Amino acid sequence: MDDILITLKNLDFTPFILSFKLAGITTFILFFIALPVAWRLSQSRSKIKPIIESFISLPIVLPPSVLGFYLLTVFDGTALNFSFIGLVIASCIYSLPFMTQPLQSGFESLNRSMIEASYIAGKSQLITLFKVVIPNTKPAILTAIIITFAHTIGEFGVVLMIGGSIPNETKVASIAIYEMHDSMEYLSAHIYSAIMLLISFMVLLSVYIFNHKQKYFKGVS
Amino acid sequence: MIKIDIEKELHGASGAMNLEVNLEIKEGEFLAITGESGAGKSTLLRILAGLESSKGEIEVHGKSWNNLSIQKREIGFVFQEYGLFENMSVEQNLLYVAKDKTLAKELLATTELTNLKNRLPKTLSGGQKQRVALCRAFMKRPKLLLMDEPLSALNPTMRTNLQDEILILHKKFGTTTFMVSHDTSDIYRMASRVIVLELGKVVNNGTPKEVFSTNKSKISGEVLQINGESILLLVGEQLLELNYHADKIPKLGERITINTSL
Repeated sequence: MDDILITLKNLDFTPFILSFKLAGITTFILFFIALPVAWRLSQSRSKIKPIIESFISLPIVLPPSVLGFYLLTVFDGTALNFSFIGLVIASCIYSLPFMTQPLQSGFESLNRSMIEASYIAGKSQLITLFKVVIPNTKPAILTAIIITFAHTIGEFGVVLMIGGSIPNETKVASIAIYEMHDSMEYLSAHIYSAIMLLISFMVLLSVYIFNHKQKYFKGVS
Repeated sequence: MIKIDIEKELHGASGAMNLEVNLEIKEGEFLAITGESGAGKSTLLRILAGLESSKGEIEVHGKSWNNLSIQKREIGFVFQEYGLFENMSVEQNLLYVAKDKTLAKELLATTELTNLKNRLPKTLSGGQKQRVALCRAFMKRPKLLLMDEPLSALNPTMRTNLQDEILILHKKFGTTTFMVSHDTSDIYRMASRVIVLELGKVVNNGTPKEVFSTNKSKISGEVLQINGESILLLVGEQLLELNYHADKIPKLGERITINTSL
């Protein structure tokens, strides 16, 4: 028991702070990148739409090491390799589909006549997006933000390749656990893992509870 | 004067067809568009609104609308499924179109919605929603009012009330109106002129009386049952049992027209 207390007292929480910082910045940047992309895709009937959709969804199926390898090649010779900024760029690419897909499907499920009524009212696409589309797709937007945040916290492969494991710079929680296991600090690894497990569960639970409430609410109205 | 001369290829349930409409409508007219589903009625409205493209000419009061964006066309549109902005109250729905509080107040009073002006659309009944949609369509003081089956989702009482309100507003604003409808009573009560579309072509054009009375000595319906020489015919929502004396016995499910003049 004393062991645990001592370990807890001496536990370095910077990897967690770094994970949250990375996830927060990535989610923030991605929201503004994915919003116009998802909006355009949801309104598009273009023949190249499937190509763009496939490209955006690549990180879901691609091994993180493949993405990491390509990024390392692109970043080669710059200061981006093994830096926090490099990590942010990599995370934005890696988490792009997790932000774009919920947004796009939210926009697509919106009653078409609502959007058309806004155009007929003389409003541009941009005003329609901010005054009509976004306020009426809040659940999808919230889901996109939370899933992207959670997914970025859960990153491992890309982060390992691009960031390495520089303390206070690129050593995020998932990497820290891997290293603790490697150096047989099992107690710390347990505590870190339990915290990650709890956070991940809480995030998913909040998304599902929110969606459940939304569905129920829509059902009675 | 509104001149329409348009053409568009459509891919309907019955395969490809060409929508070809050539019409001239006087200012202030109330035109009903009717015909079977898939005849191109809604598409015609959507083309006028700029929501769909087409080949040809649309001219409204001497101005070509061909290259005019949806936003710049002076139209009001009433959708079958309302299309209200769910995040805005009744009054905000109107003011979103134009910040004209006096007009909004007047429209809400005409349609007896004043007490509901702060309610969100999802708390309203179908009839109330459609009245809000109607008011919203007038907020731009449109040159053209386009309505796509505005009454089809409503119960009979609601329907009659809304018919009256549409007529009051139509008179008040003198807006040239296009209404797609399946319902003969709607058309008869409201429209000054009616066109019948069949597979994309205008097959009949005149006053409701002229168009609907041409078949007054004939009734058509669907054959539901054949019993020897007696057949059961579905006419509108009524069943007619008739003795049939003809060389050609009709088939089950066939649509037949019979002469009722004695």
